[in-house]
Amino acid sequence: MKKVQFRNAWFPYLLLLPQLSIVAIFFLWPAAEAVRSSFYLEDPFGFGATFVGFDNFVDTITSTDYGRIARFTGIFTFCVTFLSLGIALLLAVKADKVIHGASTYKTLLMWVYAVAPPVAGLIAILLFDQHVGPIVKLVALFGWKMQIGVNYFDTGFAMVIAAVWKQIPVNFIFFLSGLQGISKSVQEAASIDCRSGFRRFWTVTFPLLAPTGFFLLIINITYAFFDTFGIIDVILKTEPGNNPVTLVYKVYLDGFRGNDLGGSSAQSVVLMILVFILTVIQFRLIERRIHYT
Amino acid sequence: MATITLDTVRKVYAGNVEAVKGVSVDIDDGEFIVLVGPSGCGKSTLLRMIAGLEDITTGDISIGDRIVNKVDPADRDIAMVFQNYALYPHMTVYNNLAYGLRNRKIAKDEIDRRVKEAARILEIGDYLERKPRMLSGGQRQRVAMGRAIVREPAAFLFDEPLSNLDAKLRVQMRVEIKRLQKALGTTSVYVTHDQLEAMTLADRLIVLNGGAIEQIGAPVDVYDKPASTFVASFIGSPAMNLVPVRSENGRLQAESGAGLDAPNLHGSDRYLLGIRPEHLEISGEKANGTDGLSMEFTVNVLEPVGAESYIYGQLDGAGPEIVVRAPSHARYDPGTVLYLNATAADIHFFDAENGRRIEG
Amino acid sequence: MKRLQIMDHVILLAGVFFMVAPVFLAFLTSTHDAVTIYRSGMQFTLGDNFLENYHTVLTQAGGFTKQVNGLVMLKNSLILGFGFAIGKIVISMLAAYAIVYFRFPFASFCFWIIFSTLLLPLEVRILPSYEIVQSLGLVNTYTGMIVPLIASATGTFFFRQFFMSVPEELLEAARIDGAGAWKFFIDILVPLSKTMIAAIFIIMFVYGWNQYLWPTLITTDETFFTLVRGIKQILKVWIGAQIPDYDQAMALAILAMLPPVIVVVIFQSWFIKGLVESDK
Repeated sequence: MKKVQFRNAWFPYLLLLPQLSIVAIFFLWPAAEAVRSSFYLEDPFGFGATFVGFDNFVDTITSTDYGRIARFTGIFTFCVTFLSLGIALLLAVKADKVIHGASTYKTLLMWVYAVAPPVAGLIAILLFDQHVGPIVKLVALFGWKMQIGVNYFDTGFAMVIAAVWKQIPVNFIFFLSGLQGISKSVQEAASIDCRSGFRRFWTVTFPLLAPTGFFLLIINITYAFFDTFGIIDVILKTEPGNNPVTLVYKVYLDGFRGNDLGGSSAQSVVLMILVFILTVIQFRLIERRIHYT
Repeated sequence: MATITLDTVRKVYAGNVEAVKGVSVDIDDGEFIVLVGPSGCGKSTLLRMIAGLEDITTGDISIGDRIVNKVDPADRDIAMVFQNYALYPHMTVYNNLAYGLRNRKIAKDEIDRRVKEAARILEIGDYLERKPRMLSGGQRQRVAMGRAIVREPAAFLFDEPLSNLDAKLRVQMRVEIKRLQKALGTTSVYVTHDQLEAMTLADRLIVLNGGAIEQIGAPVDVYDKPASTFVASFIGSPAMNLVPVRSENGRLQAESGAGLDAPNLHGSDRYLLGIRPEHLEISGEKANGTDGLSMEFTVNVLEPVGAESYIYGQLDGAGPEIVVRAPSHARYDPGTVLYLNATAADIHFFDAENGRRIEG
Repeated sequence: MKRLQIMDHVILLAGVFFMVAPVFLAFLTSTHDAVTIYRSGMQFTLGDNFLENYHTVLTQAGGFTKQVNGLVMLKNSLILGFGFAIGKIVISMLAAYAIVYFRFPFASFCFWIIFSTLLLPLEVRILPSYEIVQSLGLVNTYTGMIVPLIASATGTFFFRQFFMSVPEELLEAARIDGAGAWKFFIDILVPLSKTMIAAIFIIMFVYGWNQYLWPTLITTDETFFTLVRGIKQILKVWIGAQIPDYDQAMALAILAMLPPVIVVVIFQSWFIKGLVESDK
């Protein structure tokens, strides 16, 4: 906060009014509603609800379906995070190093940021399409009969590739700016102290990038959880069947398709707790980052 | 133009930290007052209280005949020059100068007249259409001055305005500020931690220490008769030598042993004896007289600074470090033993306990 | 040394290929007709149906009610992108200004209320949000589409960080210059934030334009469909179709990504600055 501030009885409230009323109506109210209805069993026709305590949570979490989806979500999140961070870091390190064409590479590697996840999904369906997709034709040469929308593994694979493709630019931008933030004199000192470029990277550059990396890790986990909804929905052509979906997708499915309000809300609350933990970790990291610099 | 009166002004921050401890001073109309002291002494807080940027915990501040404790900074009829200039980065120099006048609903042609006049005085007429980032440090400094001048305020407040400039520009701007203030005759309060700036600019100096006034006076008086060991060591460069002494057979000698001989003029047993480096005269042998001071001194380091040299060394054997100002051509090897003499008029006596000056 | 540089370029070119090729292929394919694509797969050359396909997608009314075409969806996407970005910037600047520059009772309470929204993305409270918007009668309105998306405090957080970095002396100088709270905001703070506003505008425009789930739920009336929302319609038509309209699907994909991509590429430096600095 500022040392010198204005003092005015009503003006700050007037300034806050729009934001606060939107937050109250479109955030606090629904969030409270989600928590409330997670403890109720709603009549599918809307004729009232019964309080059932933690039954919704117990039913949800113990169902075999939920376990399977949670496992897929975990694997999906791990693959997306690991691959998109890894590829982006490699590209950022190289883009930071080259002298010629650095800004062209940068533009070509970051523009996909602007592509909407469902658009990424739509392109992916065509690339992985059983009839017209070039990727399917390519892997068929190696004996892999890829069947998106039919084979569980193949569908998950396509989702991971599309999600990674969409997320590389953000990671690339952050890594590159992190690398450019490392002072030239530190790098020069390192090149005097250590001859092997590879070793230099792991002992000097990588530790200095670690705060950026931790920060991105959280961002990527959040992305894989929530922002991949569009990709998944489009790749499934909005008809999931027996194909892999993530936990967030199941919240949507149970709530809007299954009309299971209580179960969907209970799942929401579980996810809320998860996001809450992630955000607390993220704030901790941001604090640390500020202390570093 | 106006007088400024501070009446037992105190500032207490949260956690009971007393930043300013009951400061009272009357500043005359047109006077140039410099608040000087080490960082954290409360000088900036005091200035910001005069500006209205900090609340006053207790006490009164008046500008002219009006108590301004509760008056908004904009209505106090003051102008301020900040350490980092605080120019509005998105406005041209012209608009930076004009902004405060427009807010006061001053007629357009009057604003134009005043801006042009200030630009002429400060020689920034060529830059009026530029943005601050296109100016050098010195030019920005002038614009900040210009913003204060166009307001034609009752008082100028300066918060270390030269500390971001390089040494050469600082001297140049110092001279210019002094000239401007004399020409405009506007009451000014100027905060600095640089004692040279304080000495050269001030009509009267206020030396602050730990939130309280140590001494108020004309620079020469503060230099000649420092009210305490704090002022003595803060004003003057290199600082005054201070030697703990005790009375022995009616004469004074260093607490650490021999090496110093001086008359006891005030009849106490113990003092802090002060002598400025420039008042010590180097001699090859001990002075014979008994009315002055004489020290036996071993050279450690000679530090030539061009126009003169400083010799650092010790009183015979183990005494406190002493510095002597010598002509630039002086050459002494480390270990050389010299005698330093001074007349009684140049010796300062301070109370050994509280450091206050003892006057004859 | 020289050979290392060549390796670097090879890796970077592979990365560029991975990022660019899918979209390039999608574009090439969108210039052929559906039958060709159906027979011989995605196309690696420029076809001669470019004008026809894009003209069809933009102007031919589709959907069940035959009320919506590409131009209408483009208009809706622009309304969503601009409405969201402008609304978010105005509202969050005001809120951030109050939080940073004023001392008032319940200040920290308001702060925490607003920032608690960072904890829960729309996706986890989607069902109750939908019900509330429905009960307010905001289904199939631009208000219902845009305003609930603004509830998240990301913009407020960005501006708060930025305002905190503005030197205090500027406020002091402005107060001595006689500027009140509103004048300081309009005359000093807003112009100072220009680059920051531009950066956040780009990020928010892209975010708003790319919204999928929320517009899907909140718009059933086809005249409110956005380009991104339109993808879902295409998929519905595909199911059961003899020869899916691959050509039109790809043309729609290209159209849906073009505006945000152009904005991001042109204003690259602002956008990157905003993205990287605001997250600190």
